[in-house]
Amino acid sequence: MSRQSNRTTDSKKMNSELFTLTYGALVTQLCKDYENDEEVNKQLDKMGYNIGVRLIEDFLARSSIGRCQDFRETADVIAKVAFKMYLGITPSVTNWSPAGDEFSLILESNPLVDFVELPDNHSTLIYSNLLCGVLRGALEMVQMAVDVKFVQDTLRGDNVTEIRMKFIKRIEENVPAGDE
Amino acid sequence: MADEAPFQFLHSEVIEYIYKSADSGEVENGRNITKLENMGLRVGQGLIERLTKDTARFKDELDIMKFICKDFWTCVFKKQIDNLRTNHQGIYVLQDNKFRLLSHLSAGKQYLEHAPKYLAFTCGLVRGALSNLGVKSIVTAEVSVMPACKFQVMIQKS
Repeated sequence: MSRQSNRTTDSKKMNSELFTLTYGALVTQLCKDYENDEEVNKQLDKMGYNIGVRLIEDFLARSSIGRCQDFRETADVIAKVAFKMYLGITPSVTNWSPAGDEFSLILESNPLVDFVELPDNHSTLIYSNLLCGVLRGALEMVQMAVDVKFVQDTLRGDNVTEIRMKFIKRIEENVPAGDE
Repeated sequence: MADEAPFQFLHSEVIEYIYKSADSGEVENGRNITKLENMGLRVGQGLIERLTKDTARFKDELDIMKFICKDFWTCVFKKQIDNLRTNHQGIYVLQDNKFRLLSHLSAGKQYLEHAPKYLAFTCGLVRGALSNLGVKSIVTAEVSVMPACKFQVMIQKS
């Protein structure tokens, strides 16, 4: 541990630990409330979605980023601005599909899983699934329907954490969200 | 600050989750408050361990409470407790004039009855922090005028 402790860095780090620990307490509570991992995963996604639809406003207010021209720009903004701003990490954007409608976010580290180990009886739990919901909800508010899922997870033994994002369609402005 | 936002959003969503499937009866409300408080307890215990890793031993109970008011509160809420009062017999009242987790609710009377939901987790946080510092307590909170609130800590002598 470094001796030279910078007050600001410490308090920033501590704040992310508050979030990490609270998230852990939430997942624990959900595992108690629901019988199987699939239900917990769904619930995390739903909660993430609820957060995402509000977070986007906060993000747009703080970052004053204009409309993205295309999905590539969206990917960059998500990785380099949003993730950095809220979680202090910058995932890399890779594995673009030839059509340019799908990409991966590779997270070298995931603050949500600090101090976390998955017990054997929760092998199908997608611990960080909240993030998928957040991304989906946030993008829906800017007229993009996307599919987001984890394809690699360090908690389940993979080397990195990989989130795959796929553009489904543009949501027409005058159609209420969720009206498919 | 942006880095406070994730916790605040998560906290609000946790409250929504805990309350959504419940009836609004008094028994249910009490159970929900307890659930929130228990979540805060675990988080407080973990957080205080990390925060006090390199801190010197505390001199006495008052020293501990001052730490909670200054360092702990700053770590969690980016500000200190505005006022600490005690009767020097194990009761402490911590006053926060602009409690961060209430600031999104408009000031005034209309949301007063919902305020306890937004305080429960923090009560647990304080109780958890104190418990891992070897202090057993009961923590309650009240709001008179939003967004100011008071946390009352009653030290339990074992």
